[in-house]
Amino acid sequence: MANHPATQAIHTPVKEDVSVNYITSPKGLKSWLTTLDHKRIGIMYLWAVLGAFLLGGIFALLIRIELLTPKETIMTAETYNKVFTLHGVIMVFLFIIPSIPAALGNFVLPLMLGAKDVAFPRLNLASYYIYVVGALFGVTAMVTGGVDTGWTFYTPYSTTTNGQVSMMVMAAFILGFSSIFTGINFIATIHKLRAPGMGWFQMPLFVWGMYSTAIIQVLATPVLGITLVLLMLERSFGIGIFDPAIGGDPVLFQHFFWFYSHPAVYIMIVPGMAIISEVIPTFSKKTIFGYKAIAFSSVAIALVGFLVWGHHLFVSGQSSLASVIFSFLTFLVAIPSGVKVFNWLATMYRGSISLEAPMLYAISFLLLFSIGGLTGIFLGALSVDIHLTDTYFVVAHFHYVMMGGTVIAFLAGLHYWWPKMFGRMYNEKLARIGCGLVFVGFNMTFFTQFILGSRGMPRRYYNYLDQFQPLHAFSTVGSWVLGAGLFLTAGYLLASLRKPYDAPRNPWGGRTFEWETQSPPITGNFDFDPVLLHGPYDYRPERKG
Amino acid sequence: MNDSATVVHEEHSHEHHDSSLQHHFATYEQQMDAGKIGMWLFLATEILLFGGLFVGFGLMQAKFPEAFVEAHHHLDKNLGFLNTVVLLISSFTMVMAVHCAKTEQRRKVLVYLLITLACAAIFLGVKYFEYEHKFHEGLLPGKFYSHVGDTVPHQFVFFSFYFMMTGLHGLHILGGMAAITWIFFRAKRGDFNHKYYTPIDLVGLYWHLVDLIWIYLFPLLYLIS
Repeated sequence: MANHPATQAIHTPVKEDVSVNYITSPKGLKSWLTTLDHKRIGIMYLWAVLGAFLLGGIFALLIRIELLTPKETIMTAETYNKVFTLHGVIMVFLFIIPSIPAALGNFVLPLMLGAKDVAFPRLNLASYYIYVVGALFGVTAMVTGGVDTGWTFYTPYSTTTNGQVSMMVMAAFILGFSSIFTGINFIATIHKLRAPGMGWFQMPLFVWGMYSTAIIQVLATPVLGITLVLLMLERSFGIGIFDPAIGGDPVLFQHFFWFYSHPAVYIMIVPGMAIISEVIPTFSKKTIFGYKAIAFSSVAIALVGFLVWGHHLFVSGQSSLASVIFSFLTFLVAIPSGVKVFNWLATMYRGSISLEAPMLYAISFLLLFSIGGLTGIFLGALSVDIHLTDTYFVVAHFHYVMMGGTVIAFLAGLHYWWPKMFGRMYNEKLARIGCGLVFVGFNMTFFTQFILGSRGMPRRYYNYLDQFQPLHAFSTVGSWVLGAGLFLTAGYLLASLRKPYDAPRNPWGGRTFEWETQSPPITGNFDFDPVLLHGPYDYRPERKG
Repeated sequence: MNDSATVVHEEHSHEHHDSSLQHHFATYEQQMDAGKIGMWLFLATEILLFGGLFVGFGLMQAKFPEAFVEAHHHLDKNLGFLNTVVLLISSFTMVMAVHCAKTEQRRKVLVYLLITLACAAIFLGVKYFEYEHKFHEGLLPGKFYSHVGDTVPHQFVFFSFYFMMTGLHGLHILGGMAAITWIFFRAKRGDFNHKYYTPIDLVGLYWHLVDLIWIYLFPLLYLIS
C-alpha cells in the first residue's frame, strides 16, 4: 500500500470519518440515475465501459481460439467475420473512445481543476444516456444478425452485404454525439472553472491531454456522423454517393471515414499519454521534465492528426503526390510523440522511483507505446507499407498503440485513482502480479503478429497456410495469459469494494488537487475553497509550518 | 497541514446564490461565458456536420456537371429567394429579442420572439410547397427518382443532395422553433433580467447559424448556372 508514510501522515493526521461521501449520499438508485454529479456520472461510465471491455475481450478470445488451427476450429467463416467486426466495433466505439475521457476524465478533471463540477452537468448526464442508447442499438444489431464488414464499414461491401449494417452504423452515429457532448463540456470546463491561481501552465498535464482530446472530439466526430448517415441512406435509398454501381465513389467513403477515424486514433491515445504524465512524476517524486513541451505536444498531435488520414489509402489508388504528402505528414506525428517519451524518461532520471502498480503500468506503457509508435513509422513509409498493407503487421501495430498504449494507460489510471474513486486500497501484491501477466501475455499475443505479418499473413483471414500455425498457436496462448491477468485484475479490484474505507486522502503523495480532498470525495468535491499554492508537480521539500 | 485547507473553510459564504446561477459557478459572468463557449463549440460541430454534405455535393457536382445544371432547373428560384428574405428578417428580429432581454423590455422580447417564430413557420410552409411539387414530379432522392423525359442521366444524385441538405436544414429549423418556444415561455414567466439572459443569447446564436447555412444552401442548390 502507501509506502510514503510521511506524506500520508501530513495529509491525514487522524483517521477521518469519510462515511458521508458522493457514493453514499444521497442514497437510492433513482438518485444515481438522475445525478448531475460528475463523479457519479464518471462511475456510471466506468461500469459501462468495463462491461464493453469484457464483451469485446470475450470476442477477442474467441477470435484467437478460432485461429488456433488453420481450418475451422470452433466457428464457421461467416460467424468469424461477425465476431471480429463486433470485437472491433465494441472496443473502438464502446470502450476505448469513452474509457479515459468519459469515465476517468469525468471523475478526475473537475477535481484536478479545483472545480465543483463540469460546466454543463445536465449535458454530461445526457451524454451518458446517449451512450447507453447507442450501446443498446449496437447490442440490438448484434443479436438480430450481426455485421460482417469490419469496424471500418468500407463501401462497396457495406452497401451490398446483408446483416444489420444500418443499425450498427446508427449506433456509432449516436455514440458520436455522446463523445461530442463530453468534448464540449471539457473545453468549457477547462476554460472557465479553474481554481483561483491556476493559469494555463499550472494545470496538471492530464488536463492538457483532455483539452487536446476534446478538440479532436468536437472537430472530427461530426464528419463521421454525416458519413455514417450517408452510408445508411446509400443502403436504404441508393443516393448515389458511395455505390459505384450507380455512379458513386467508394474511395470517397474511405476519405470521409478516415478524416474522422484517424484523428479518433488520437482521441484514444492522447488521454493515455495524459495519464502517464501524471503517474510518472508522482511515482518518481520529481517535477515533470519539460512541462510546456508535453503540454504543447498534445495539442500538436491533435492538430497534425487531422492531416494524415490519407495514409490509410496508400493502396486505394489515390495520386502518388497525395501519398507522398500524407506519408511525410505521418512522420511528423512521431516528433511530438517522441518529445513526450523522452520527457517522461528524463522525469524518471534521478527520481526516487517507487514501483507500485500504476507505475508498473506506466513503465509498460513506455515500452509498448514505443514499439507501437515506431512500427507506425514503418507503415507510414510508402514502399514498406505496400508490402505490409492488410497483414498482421498492421494488426500488431495498432494493438500495440491501442492496447499496449491506451488500455495499459487506462489500467494505470484506474489503479492510480481507484483509492480516490472508491475510498479503498486494492491488494498491491496481486496488482503487481496482474500487471506482469498482462505485460507478458500482451507481448506473447501481439509481438508474434509482427512476425506473422512480415511473413505475409493477411489480416481478417479465417483460414491460413499451415506454415503459420506455430506462431498463431503461440499468439493464442498469449491471449490466455493476457486474459488471466485481466480477470485477476477485475477480481482484486472488485474484492477491494467489500472492505471498509481505508484509503487515505493522498496514498501516492500526488501534488494535484484531487489528492487534497477526502477519499472518496464529498458531493461538492471539496470541504474548502481550493486555491492553487504550488505547481502540479512541485516535489521540492515541503516548507515547515 | 494541507496547503489548501488552510485557506478558508466557509462553504457558501460568498454571494448569495439565487436559482438562475448554478451552484458550481461563482458569478453570472462565468456562467454566461461557459455557456457561450459551449454554444460556439456546438455551432462548430454543426458546421462540420453540414461540411461533409457540402464536400460531397461539390465532388458529385464535379463528377456530373451537366446533370446538376439540368436538375437544378427544376427548383423555383423565386421561392428560394423568398425564403432567404424571410430567414434574414427572422435573424434581425432575433437580434432585437436578445437586445430587449438585455435591456429588460419584456413585452418587446415576446413580440420579437413571436415574429421570429412566424418567419420560421413561413419558411417551412414555403418549403412544404416546394417539396410537394418535387414529389408530384417524381424528383426524389436515389432509387425513388421517377421523373420522366430526362436527357441527362444521374440527376437523382442532385435530388439526393437537395433533399438531404434542405431536409437536415429543415430539421434544424424545427429544433430552433422548439428552442424559441421554450425561451418564449421562460421570458413570459419573467426568468430573464439584465444579469441573466444567457438562454436567449444562446438560442439567438444557434438561430443565426441556421440562417447562415441557408444563405450558403440557396446559391449552391438554386443558382448553379
